[in-house]
Parts: sequence; structure tokens; C-alpha cells
Amino acid sequence: MEGSETRTDGNAIAGVLQEVFVREVTTGRIACASCAKVEPIGAEHAYTQAPGIVLRCRHCEDVLLVVTQPPGRTLLAFPRSRWMEIAAEP
Amino acid sequence: MARAAVLGRLSWRLGEVAELIDETPRVRSIVLDVPDWPGHRAGQHVDVRLTAEDGYQAQRSYSIASVPEDPRVSITVELLPDGEVSAYLVGELRLGDQFELRGPIGGYFVWEAQMGGPLLLVAGGSGIVPLMSMLRHREASGASVGARLVYSSRSWEDIIYRDELERLSARANGVQVFHTLTRSQPEGWTGYARRVDGAMLSETAWPASSAPMAFVCGPTPFVESVASALVLLGYPATSVKTERFGPTGG
Repeated sequence: MEGSETRTDGNAIAGVLQEVFVREVTTGRIACASCAKVEPIGAEHAYTQAPGIVLRCRHCEDVLLVVTQPPGRTLLAFPRSRWMEIAAEP
Repeated sequence: MARAAVLGRLSWRLGEVAELIDETPRVRSIVLDVPDWPGHRAGQHVDVRLTAEDGYQAQRSYSIASVPEDPRVSITVELLPDGEVSAYLVGELRLGDQFELRGPIGGYFVWEAQMGGPLLLVAGGSGIVPLMSMLRHREASGASVGARLVYSSRSWEDIIYRDELERLSARANGVQVFHTLTRSQPEGWTGYARRVDGAMLSETAWPASSAPMAFVCGPTPFVESVASALVLLGYPATSVKTERFGPTGG
């Protein structure tokens, strides 16, 4: 179900991420643990058709970040990312 | 007030419809008065939330079309097949109506005058909206950086902001606009009449040697094919910023 037709990018999940991190984070970078590439979150691939959002590496498509929001809480998983950067606001 | 509330917390605000502009038969711009709007940068978007009388809520994201210099916020919405939100916004909304929005959201797909250029903007359909905010900002800020727009529409009637683009391109140091019409063309049309491809971009885009900044927005397949073509033309991948509309719930 995660072919190119359902793909968007980190921009599309900026609102959800801002809810979670209380910061604009899509200009910050995230490092893929599989292929070691580092890209701004806004440039990575995002899939929002699942019950939650999935951010995948734009180079190797491994899963960097999963956000699910059952009622009353937010679950974050970082299956294949090494680090994520959150910039201080100007 | 907590620092976080000032900086990054998104809160819903009530916007009131101040103006409605029919851009094409299927596309409408909605100009909103939003009290305490914190301002935005060209390329950012808002979340819109509609609540029915029975409490049912639907939420969508829309790019901001207006310039940071404008105190009012405008979005441009395309009527989508089976789109419950777009059907309301394009078809039923009236002056003075109110709905909730929050933002501005996003920071990656953003251009500000001080970032320089030259600017290459490539739009597919309603992917023009955030790019129009950039062009309006370029105009309003008096930026002298060169700008080119390659804009793919289905037909002449489907070109969003057609008259305004013509005005902007007619000005001294105005944006150079290259239209391509993929489905039907008016009689005597001499412009492009196919999907944006590498050959078209090699004729219209700034050469990679001028270190342009590229912004590409539209449906996912459009964005990915344009971005790949630009990289083949020598654009560094980091200089090509993309925003995919992807599948949309309408």
C-alpha cells in the first residue's frame, strides 16, 4: 500500500510533528540508520494513509519515524533512524 | 504565558471570510480575516478544520496563497471529486462565514527574499498556490532576484491566477512564465502542450551553473519526475525542494 501514489513528504506531516514537538521540525535533519544518509525531515518521504504517519528515508525507504495518536496520547517510534535534530526557534 | 505557547504551539483560530475569488470553474480563493494571525512565510500552509452541527469534524491542509506582507490570509482550494471539505469551501462558503484554521505550518518548503536565487518554480495544477505566495512575496518585497515559473495546467481555463501571472510577468524584471497545457489548448496556441519533461526544463529552467533554488509542487508523480529531471540537468538534489500533494481526502 505504500507505492508512489500514496507518498507525500515531510511537509505534509509538519502539523502533526509541530503538535508533538511544539516546534517547527521539518527543517531539522534526521539520519537514516540503514543507509546513513542525512536529510531535512521536510525532504523525506511520508505516508499518511496508515492509522498514523510513517516517515521513510527518501534514499532507501527504510522507516525513520512512526507517529500514532490513540486517544489521549502520542506514540513515537524511531525504527531505523540514528538521530533527529530539533532546531532552536529563532 | 509559557514560552512554548509563544513559540511553537499550534492553536485553532477562527477565520472570517472577507472575500471569495473564483479563479477557475473548479478553483476558488478564500480571503480570511484571522484575528491575532502571527504572520507567515511564503510556502507555508494551514490546517483547516470544519465542524458539522452533529460534531463531526474534517481537517485538511492548504497552502497559503497570500504574501507575508498582507495582514489577511488567503488559501486557494480546488474542488476535488468526492471531496467533502473542498465541496464546502468551493461551493457553499459565503462572505462572513467562519471556520477554524491553525498555522502557519511547515518551514522546509519556504522562500524568503533574503534567501536569494535565481528562483525556479515548477507547478502542476493547484501546486501553484505556495509558489504564487513566493512570487507575490518577491513582488511585494521588491526583490530583484530572477524568477522563472514553469506551470502545467490541463487547459487554458484551468490556469489558476492566469491574469495576475500575466501582470507579474509584464513588469520590468518580472517573472518569466512558461505555461504548458496538457489536455487541451486554445486555437492558435504556440506554447507547450505536454507534460513537463527534461527537454522542456532544459529550455526553460535556469542553467545549473547559475546556482538556482528550485521549488516544485504538485501531485506526487509530477513532483518526482520534475525533481529527477532537474537533477539530471545538473541541479544538486539539495537545491530542489519539493512538496507533494499526494493522495488527498478532498
